[in-house]
Amino acid sequence: MGFVAPALLLIAVFLIFPALWTIYIGLTNYELTGPNAVAPQLVGIDNFVNALNDALFQNSLWLTALFVLGSAVIGQNILGFVLAWTLRKAKPGLRRTVESLVLLAWILPSTVVAYLWFAVLDRDGGTLNSLLGSEGTAWLVEYPMLSLIVFNTWRGTAFSMLLYSSALAAVPPSQLETARVVGASGWQTVRDIVFPHIRGHVLTNTLLISLWTANDFSPFLLTAGGPNHASETLPVFIYRQALEGGQLGYASAISLLLLLANLVVAAVYLWLLRRKS
Amino acid sequence: MSPLMMVRRIGFYVVIAVLMAFFAVPMLWLASAPFDSKPGLGLRWPDWTLDNVKTTFEHPYALASLWNSLVICVVATAITATFAALAAYALSRVRIPGRDLMLYVLLLLSSVVTGTAAMVPIFVMMFQLGLINSQFGTALVIAGGMLPAAIFILKDFVDSVPRSYEESARVFGASPFQVLTHVVLPVARPGIATILVWAFVNAWGNFLLPFLLIREVGKQPGAVLLRTLQDEGGSANLTVIPVFSLLYSIPVVVLYVLVNKRYGFRFHGGIKS
Repeated sequence: MGFVAPALLLIAVFLIFPALWTIYIGLTNYELTGPNAVAPQLVGIDNFVNALNDALFQNSLWLTALFVLGSAVIGQNILGFVLAWTLRKAKPGLRRTVESLVLLAWILPSTVVAYLWFAVLDRDGGTLNSLLGSEGTAWLVEYPMLSLIVFNTWRGTAFSMLLYSSALAAVPPSQLETARVVGASGWQTVRDIVFPHIRGHVLTNTLLISLWTANDFSPFLLTAGGPNHASETLPVFIYRQALEGGQLGYASAISLLLLLANLVVAAVYLWLLRRKS
Repeated sequence: MSPLMMVRRIGFYVVIAVLMAFFAVPMLWLASAPFDSKPGLGLRWPDWTLDNVKTTFEHPYALASLWNSLVICVVATAITATFAALAAYALSRVRIPGRDLMLYVLLLLSSVVTGTAAMVPIFVMMFQLGLINSQFGTALVIAGGMLPAAIFILKDFVDSVPRSYEESARVFGASPFQVLTHVVLPVARPGIATILVWAFVNAWGNFLLPFLLIREVGKQPGAVLLRTLQDEGGSANLTVIPVFSLLYSIPVVVLYVLVNKRYGFRFHGGIKS
């Protein structure tokens, strides 16, 4: 058991303790500066009540849901599957090239990736505007959420692609062959033969990418929540409340709500997975 | 070839081409802008020059921040790999009721907490410990966040090491630590390599934690400096940003190429259905 101790210590100090402390700070009026920084007081569930009445929090919650649904549940999931499905029969060289590009988008550091997308979406001379001939469209200002969703789909599809490629390898070839012989279309094959086999993978994948997306901080790098809170997902909201607004207590309460939302999503997933087997 | 197959063929290549363009176009900037005499945000055929490289090397913080990245990254990776190997071995061999559930909960917790939910307590804790601006402290926090996932991945590899190997070592009087270092780890080497690379790439790219915890510009890693360059002196420093982005990406890309060549980027089990 001594072998587990060092890891357990680090996990306890930097993971479990902060998680518990979030609960406590969330119940106080702790602030970064001023009198409440020196002697914070317990204010009970005030922060939570305030959050539920805060239009900015509601906005942020809605944007996070939109971000997760658009870029993870739909974007990465579908694009990842399409890539895995199309590349399965491609020539090895072509397959490797496409996969390398997708993986590269996934492993480049997030601050670098942010600049890559500034260059795509920039108003003056941005690549997208040159391609579409829509000179002068400031994508990150006019369509911030759409930009973030496309960006995050680009960024994270690799994981779904990898997972689905390995899942597809487990589908019995004989069944695919049968489908081909009876003349099933591609969509019918996917729906009736492939999907039942990979249902568990779809669930696992959707859970993981949803959680990662919901807690992703890279929207901050692209839009910093702007313009005027139009792309302020929860992680960005928490950061701005805590470090720019100094409202540590309030930000912790929101963190706790985010944490609970994550646990609910995970529980629903476990329930779905249980029901399957 | 029938006309229908022809159409399918063409359709296939169109889909592939569109997907490739979607993923490749944003990255081209990293190849053109660093060597352009007038680098901008946008893609264009560069007017080749190496002046930007020179300017970047002369930037007071650029190279230092890469060194800082390396320090943080090596410490975090070493701690993660060592502690995870010890823990994964113990957890793989000991029967504790609820072990898998516990690992699962920790994994979920880590993917949530290290993201953003624990931003405030981590900041406050490090502030009160006087570890703001400490690279070692930041590395510890990063390692703590990576450990559950590392243990999770590594346990899968250790599970596959045959127990008979260990038993024979034990018969010859090897201590548990000797069994681990001389028998289990050599067999689980691909797993260790996976963890090392995974941890390194993660720690190298981590932005939020050093951004929160390291406020002194001379100690900041590349991730944070790159962000700082965006509004240094009011506008983006476009001479330095492209070259620096490229330099900062190289270690990750090199590691990726090495791993890809040696092991291929595939999930071997691990993710259970």
